[in-house]
Amino acid sequence: MELVLFIVFGLLALIGAFGVLISQKPVHSALFLLLNFVMLGFLYLVLGAQFLAASQLIVYAGAIVVLFLFVIMLIGSDTVGDFVAKGRTLSRYLSIILGVLFLAGVGYAVGARAFPPAAGAPDFGTTEAAGKVLFTQFLVPFELVSILLLVAMIGAIVLAHGVWPAPSRRPRE
Amino acid sequence: MTITLPSISLLPYLPEIVLLITALLVLVIDTFAGEKRWLVWLALLGTIVAGVTTWSLSLGPTLYLQDMLAADPYALFIDMVVLIITAISLLLAYDWLNSHAHQQGEYVALLLFSAVGMMTMGAATNVITIFVALEILSLSLYVLTGFARERLTSGEAALKYFLLGAFASAFFLYGVALLYGATGHFDLVGIGKNMAGTGLMAAAGVALLLVGFSFKVALAPFHMWTPDVYQGAPTSVTAFMSVGAKAAGFAAFLRFFHVALAGSYATWGPALAALAVLTMTWGNLAALNQESVKRMLAYSSIAHAGYALVGLAAGNALGMSGLLFYLLAYAFMNLGAFGVIIMLEKKGSGDLSMSALRGTAREHPLLAATMAVFMFSLAGVPPLAGFFGKFYVFGAAVKANMTWLAIVGIINSAISAYYYLRVSVLMYMVEPDENTTDVATNNRPVLAFALLVALVFVIGIGLWPGIWMQMAQQAAALLG
Repeated sequence: MELVLFIVFGLLALIGAFGVLISQKPVHSALFLLLNFVMLGFLYLVLGAQFLAASQLIVYAGAIVVLFLFVIMLIGSDTVGDFVAKGRTLSRYLSIILGVLFLAGVGYAVGARAFPPAAGAPDFGTTEAAGKVLFTQFLVPFELVSILLLVAMIGAIVLAHGVWPAPSRRPRE
Repeated sequence: MTITLPSISLLPYLPEIVLLITALLVLVIDTFAGEKRWLVWLALLGTIVAGVTTWSLSLGPTLYLQDMLAADPYALFIDMVVLIITAISLLLAYDWLNSHAHQQGEYVALLLFSAVGMMTMGAATNVITIFVALEILSLSLYVLTGFARERLTSGEAALKYFLLGAFASAFFLYGVALLYGATGHFDLVGIGKNMAGTGLMAAAGVALLLVGFSFKVALAPFHMWTPDVYQGAPTSVTAFMSVGAKAAGFAAFLRFFHVALAGSYATWGPALAALAVLTMTWGNLAALNQESVKRMLAYSSIAHAGYALVGLAAGNALGMSGLLFYLLAYAFMNLGAFGVIIMLEKKGSGDLSMSALRGTAREHPLLAATMAVFMFSLAGVPPLAGFFGKFYVFGAAVKANMTWLAIVGIINSAISAYYYLRVSVLMYMVEPDENTTDVATNNRPVLAFALLVALVFVIGIGLWPGIWMQMAQQAAALLG
């Protein structure tokens, strides 16, 4: 049963990922991305990581894809019609080959390892367990992320602000 | 469910906390301060207080805060290097900020946040903490790069840096995931203990982590962003990131390889040596005919990352302390070189061409002499700081039976002498060009003071390398 669900969701996630790449229109890409995110969320659920699945759906599928669509609509999906990069065929094919090689390499490296059966606690992946780990063992990174978010906020404000008027030099006292 | 709250001892993290509070104060005061110039001085005061705090912390090889951070001499050494870099960078930015008064508060705050990220990277003993600290540092730098809003190149550089940097972070994170999958641990000691028999999966994880680190410290072939970003960013930001990001990146790099991968030196030693050769050679050859001084120094910084990597590839105690010494020496000479560029560049251009240097010694003899000292130090001429940096890392390579690596490094130093000396030749021995004599140098005491500090240290470290090397040795002793 788990295997069937995994194959179905995994296949749909892959379809979504390829759709993002080959779609001609940004809106279609964003919708395929939504499919990919939702399917990843389901995969997390199959793995027993409920909290991760929920946050995947809320944060990625909910907030981020909506933001993408919002920006695309704001710019106007027609103006970004020429979405697929033209030219540079050599580097494109080279990057495809290298990408496939990379995927095969990492896939083999992961596959070559015989995994011990996951000995997770019975409450593994619940909101409770994730919260507990976050506030005890991983307290420091959790707190540091707040600085990271503050930096991101300041950065967004600085960069989104228009160019300031030419500075008027204050007379020095 | 009962939760036992962890014991929280924030004392060893005090230097970073002081900087954080200063950054927040700067942001708050910025909103109602009429005279923004004081913000830089406030930040400088915070940096000095943090430095005093670091100095007064004398801690052993202790881990604290759930073993996420270490308060060992190694972390304190990196703290000091980063704080010195931050202080000088604040002074270098002073004049530029006066003409960009609207952004002053954000600039200063982001610089301090970035410094917090760097210091945390030096102390982090857990790959998750390293990653978050790396992101704090990088995100601040992406934004700082784009601060010269009036120049398009600055925005271009910021976007390029952001996109490629995000890519590198993804590699890093993928590496962390694979490493966790293979060993079941995030902390460096735990990874080290469970490394045996993990085979290809852990190796792939380490390789991906290596890509992430290499990007941040600009090792070839992951250096493509460096010239454009260094050239486009405001020069005071370039100075800060060229030395700060390198110091922090190498700090975490070294701790990771020596703590988590101590047992498998035979595998990663030669790989890092090959990377060092590629980086040195590529950086030096590309620097040879650059027309922009900032671009030249960008390629030179790639080459210097290669020299520093020699110390890591050597894998012995001398290599570690040599690398730390190198980071300190490089900080002063590179900050100084960029300081001279800030002094000479035309207002609003954000760059300095080689031809603009022609004959500047005639009008600004002191400045030209200062630049010459920094260039000689970068080239590795004794008895300046740069010479001893190279001396120690190459010596470590010889000790590790990698004499060939030291020879490649020395050949590279000889190549690099060409473009460093070219700067001095242009300044001293060429007639000033009629069209390019309008390099801007007005009376700028703050900048001059920063240059003086850098100059004193470059000469001081060169004359008394023993004191600094001893500090570096104490710092590195606990890792090995």
